Amino acid sequence: MAVKRASGRKADEMREMTAKVGVIPNADGSASFSFGNTIAIAAVYGPRQLHPQHMQNPSTGILRVTYDLLSFSVSDRKKPGPSRRSQEISKVIEWALLPVLDLKEFPNTVIDVQVYIPQADASTRVAAINAAALALAHAGIPMRDLVSAVSVGKLDKDLVVDVDKNEEDFHEGEGPTDFPMAKIANRNEFTLLQLDGKIQPELVKKAIVMGQKACNEIYAVQQKALKEAIST
Amino acid sequence: MSAMEMTNVTKQFFKRAFSEDKRYDGRKLLDLNTVEIEYGVSNKAEGSARVKLGKTEVIAGVKLAISEPYPDSQDKGSLIVSGDLLPLASPRFELGPPGFDGIEIPRLVDRMIRESGMIDFKKLCIKEGEKVWTVFIDVYPINDDGSLLDAAGIAAVAALKNATMPALDKSGVIDYDAKTKEKLPISKETLPLSLTFYKLGNSILLHPTREEQEACDTKVTFGGSHWNGVLMINSCQKGWETTFTADEINHMMDVFPKKYEELHKKVMEALK
Repeated sequence: MAVKRASGRKADEMREMTAKVGVIPNADGSASFSFGNTIAIAAVYGPRQLHPQHMQNPSTGILRVTYDLLSFSVSDRKKPGPSRRSQEISKVIEWALLPVLDLKEFPNTVIDVQVYIPQADASTRVAAINAAALALAHAGIPMRDLVSAVSVGKLDKDLVVDVDKNEEDFHEGEGPTDFPMAKIANRNEFTLLQLDGKIQPELVKKAIVMGQKACNEIYAVQQKALKEAIST
Repeated sequence: MSAMEMTNVTKQFFKRAFSEDKRYDGRKLLDLNTVEIEYGVSNKAEGSARVKLGKTEVIAGVKLAISEPYPDSQDKGSLIVSGDLLPLASPRFELGPPGFDGIEIPRLVDRMIRESGMIDFKKLCIKEGEKVWTVFIDVYPINDDGSLLDAAGIAAVAALKNATMPALDKSGVIDYDAKTKEKLPISKETLPLSLTFYKLGNSILLHPTREEQEACDTKVTFGGSHWNGVLMINSCQKGWETTFTADEINHMMDVFPKKYEELHKKVMEALK
């Protein structure tokens, strides 16, 4: 490939991943997940009574995701509290997780997923999804499958997997493209697709294939973390 | 007109019709709606436009202000896209702080325009590190009959193309009433447009009416534009609670270039 990654990684090489389940004793389920220097911690509370009452749905439980960067997770301090960005990302994470959940058995309740980023080096929303999926499984919420997520990038004309901050700020040729995606682990179905940048439609197809392969690697890390949580 | 939830029977009806490539208004699934554009929504705005996409109507206005540059882009102006789903436009919109759709629409319009490179932000710098132009685009629906995001994008782009710079007086303060003939620093060749694909069962359609849209299970928006003569996807966002398969994504990528060019032609004709 033409563009050399500053990290020295190959185009299809992920950063080192770590995953741990059961990191917050108070929560009904919890997990952390990291891509290199990007860390996400997630807690699940519920199913529990939903307030306000008018939001209750008598035919199913609902999922409520809160995602945000912690104030010290980025170079310029992030003002605490929800922003348009964090509200949008919270919602797309909700949509990314819902297709694998079966909440019909918990009418009128809510399952709260809280995901925060203490340290950010790009790809935070996909790290958050990986942590949240693990925390939901740890909480014993009925799930059809796990969800794995990765950010595929394009630097000038070349596709790379698992974008870091240095690559997000790349500004040569066709510039940077960030293409976060989430898929159901054992199916070829995507639950999150977002994109910013400049990429030809034909390359979108190639990026999807690259993302599938990366998600398989992530799934293996997630499975291992869940098994460890059971055996200890 | 009341805002009732769609019944399962109606949904099944749409599902069957879509599987036969049929729609109430006679269009096929991937047929686009009609596009009409007018200018002059407000003579106080630096630029404004009214867009009708089928029966959906959206107005957009551009205002310019002078502000300090962001710390990470000292020599560049900035863009802020906002909007509100006014209860004026639909019985489904409610008073109060913006809900998710009210946040998502301006954010997606912002990303589509920003990533296309349509605006030359460096030319919006007045004095590096001190003063830059901020371009505000505000979009408001007037009548929601589906495909609001795609319509809002056209309105925002049309208002930008229509806008002129306000004059500055001797002390460098804006005189909004003294308009110049100078256009904003935007590329004439770049026309960012979005197309949102909606899915019900195995059927995928474009430019749904409000009722068709409500029957659908999931959606994904792609924003695109020409860059050095090549069609690029600049933004994408999947929404709602079911999935798209890899095959469906590939199919949409095959369809997108053709449909983008078709919409481009419609919008260019309507812009005249």
